[in-house]
Amino acid sequence: MSDVMLKITDLQKTFNPGTVNAKTALNGLNLELRDGDFVTVIGGNGAGKSTLLNAIAGVWKPDFGKIEIDGVDVTFMPEFKRAKFLGRVFQDPMKGTSPDMEIAENLAIASRRGIRRRFVMGVRRADRAKYKELLASLELGLEDRLSTKVGLLSGGQRQAITLLMATMNRPKLLLLDEHTAALDPKTAAKVLELTDQIVHKNKLTTLMITHNMKDAIAHGNRLIMMYDGNVLIDVSGEEKKNLTVEQLLSLFHSASHDGAVNDRLVLN
Amino acid sequence: MAFLNALPGAIAEGLIWGLMGIGVYISYKILDIADLTVDGSICTGGCVCAVLLAGGFPVWASVLLALLAGALAGVVTGLLHTALGVPSILSGILTQLILYSVNLCILGGKSLVAVDPRANSLWVNMSNNPSSILTMVIIAAVLIICLWLFFYTEVGLTLKSTGDNPDMSRAQGVNVKLNKVVGLAIANGIVALSGALLAQYKGSANINDGRGAIVIGLAAIFIGLSVSMKIKPNFVVSLIGVLFGSIVYYIIYNFVILLGLKTDYLKMLSAIIVAIFLAVPYLKSEYFTKRKSLHPEEGKNAGGGGHV
Repeated sequence: MSDVMLKITDLQKTFNPGTVNAKTALNGLNLELRDGDFVTVIGGNGAGKSTLLNAIAGVWKPDFGKIEIDGVDVTFMPEFKRAKFLGRVFQDPMKGTSPDMEIAENLAIASRRGIRRRFVMGVRRADRAKYKELLASLELGLEDRLSTKVGLLSGGQRQAITLLMATMNRPKLLLLDEHTAALDPKTAAKVLELTDQIVHKNKLTTLMITHNMKDAIAHGNRLIMMYDGNVLIDVSGEEKKNLTVEQLLSLFHSASHDGAVNDRLVLN
Repeated sequence: MAFLNALPGAIAEGLIWGLMGIGVYISYKILDIADLTVDGSICTGGCVCAVLLAGGFPVWASVLLALLAGALAGVVTGLLHTALGVPSILSGILTQLILYSVNLCILGGKSLVAVDPRANSLWVNMSNNPSSILTMVIIAAVLIICLWLFFYTEVGLTLKSTGDNPDMSRAQGVNVKLNKVVGLAIANGIVALSGALLAQYKGSANINDGRGAIVIGLAAIFIGLSVSMKIKPNFVVSLIGVLFGSIVYYIIYNFVILLGLKTDYLKMLSAIIVAIFLAVPYLKSEYFTKRKSLHPEEGKNAGGGGHV
C-alpha cells in the first residue's frame, strides 16, 4: 500500500464537445490524496465538483488524463469494476439503495462489493446478527427493521444506510457527493455526524463535496475549493483549522481575480 | 353447464400460460424491461419441441432444448440492448422479428407441425385435462422453488437490484449489463418452456402461436398481483399469484367465448384488460389523491425527507 491513495493527473473533460453547448467541466485538474486524508470540496455550481467525483467513480471516461487509486490505474476501468475500491453516497437519497428490497438484502449486496458473489443464500442468520449490530451503531432504531423494504424509509434513514453500505467493506476511497443536501437541517446534521464517526473510526480516505462552507471548514483535515474545472484553493492542517467563512471568501476573491462568487456559496 | 365443462381445460391452459407469465414477471417486474422477445420466444419453444418430438426425440430432451433455444433468444435481446446500445423495447422487437424467420426455418418452411400424442408420451395433453393439470402443478412448483432459491442467493439478489436501482447496483460492484443478459435469458427460457408445453397440449406448433403473448403475460401479472399483494407481497406469493392470474384470465376467456363473442375480438379484449390495469393506478394518483390529502393522517408519510 502506497502512501498516496488517489492521484489525478491533468484530468480533462468537456461535455457536448464541438457544439454551442460545449462545457469544459474539468480543465487539466491535478489532485493527490494521502492515505487517511478527509478532504472537503466546495465550489459554485458548474465548478466541476460532481464531475470530478463521477470521473473518479467511472460514470464516464475522461477526455484526457489519468486517475490512480492506491497505485492502480483505473482511468479506463468500468464503473462496476472499480467499485471494489470505492464507497459512494449520492446527493439523491433514492439513488444509493434498492427501494423494493429489504434493508438486510441491501446490506447483503453491499457486503459482497469487490468480492466474488456466490450461489449461496445472500442473507444468512449470522449475517442478520452482524447487520443488526451495524444498524444499531447508527442509533436510528433500524436494527429491528431488517425485513423492512428500504423504500418505506425516510430520506435521512436511507442516506444513513447508504453510508453504511458504502463503508461496510472498507473502501480505499469514500466519495460523498453533497450527501446531506437533500435532507432537512436537523437530519443533515445527524447524517454528517455519522459520516464523521464512520470516517474516523475506519480512518477512511474521503472526498466530500458540500456547498456549506461552515461544514467544509468544520470537517476533515483538508479543504479544496474548485473553480472553472480546476482546484483553486487547497488548504490543510493548522491553516484549515483556523479558517473562517470570511477568510475563505476573501481567499476565493483574490485567487479567482473576479468577484463572481456564486450566490449559493455566499448564502451558505 | 357448458362453462363447467370448459373449466378443466381453462385451468390447464391457464397454468401453461402462467409459466410464460412467470417469465414475463422476471423481465417486466424484476429487470424492469418490457421485453417483447416473448412473442417470438414462446413460439420458438413450441416449434423446437414439436419438431424434435416429430423427429423421435424423447419429451424431456425436446423440452430442455426448447428451453435453451428460448434462453438463447433472451441472450440476443440482452446483447442488442447492453452491448450494442439498442433501447430495450426495440431490442425485443428486433429479436421477435428475427425469431419469426428462425421459427419458420425450424418448422421447415411449413406453418404448422403436428405432435402425435400416441407416438410420444406427452407430458400434457388436451384430451386428458386432469392429468395435464397435475403435471403442470408439479412443473410450476419445481420452477417456483428453483427461482425462489436462485433469487435469494448472492447472485440472485443483484439481479433484483439491477432492475430496482441500476445506479446503486453499479456502485456496489454489480455488472448490470451482464445481469440484464442473464435475466433475459432466464425469462425467455421459461417462456419457451411454456411454449413447448403449449405445443404438446394443443398437439401442434404453429408459426402464429404467441402473437400478443406479452399482453396475456402482463394481464396474468396484473390480475395475480392485485390479489397476491393483498395477501403477502413476497416473491413466492407473487409468482403463485401470476399463475392464479393466468388461470383467471383463461376462465374469463372461455366464459367470453361461451357468451358468443367472436374469437376475432379476443386479442382486443386482452389488450383492454391490460390497459385498464395499467391505467387504474395512474388515474388514482392523478385524480383522486388531492381529495385524500385533505385528511392529515394520510399525508403524514408523504414527502420522504422527514426526520431520521
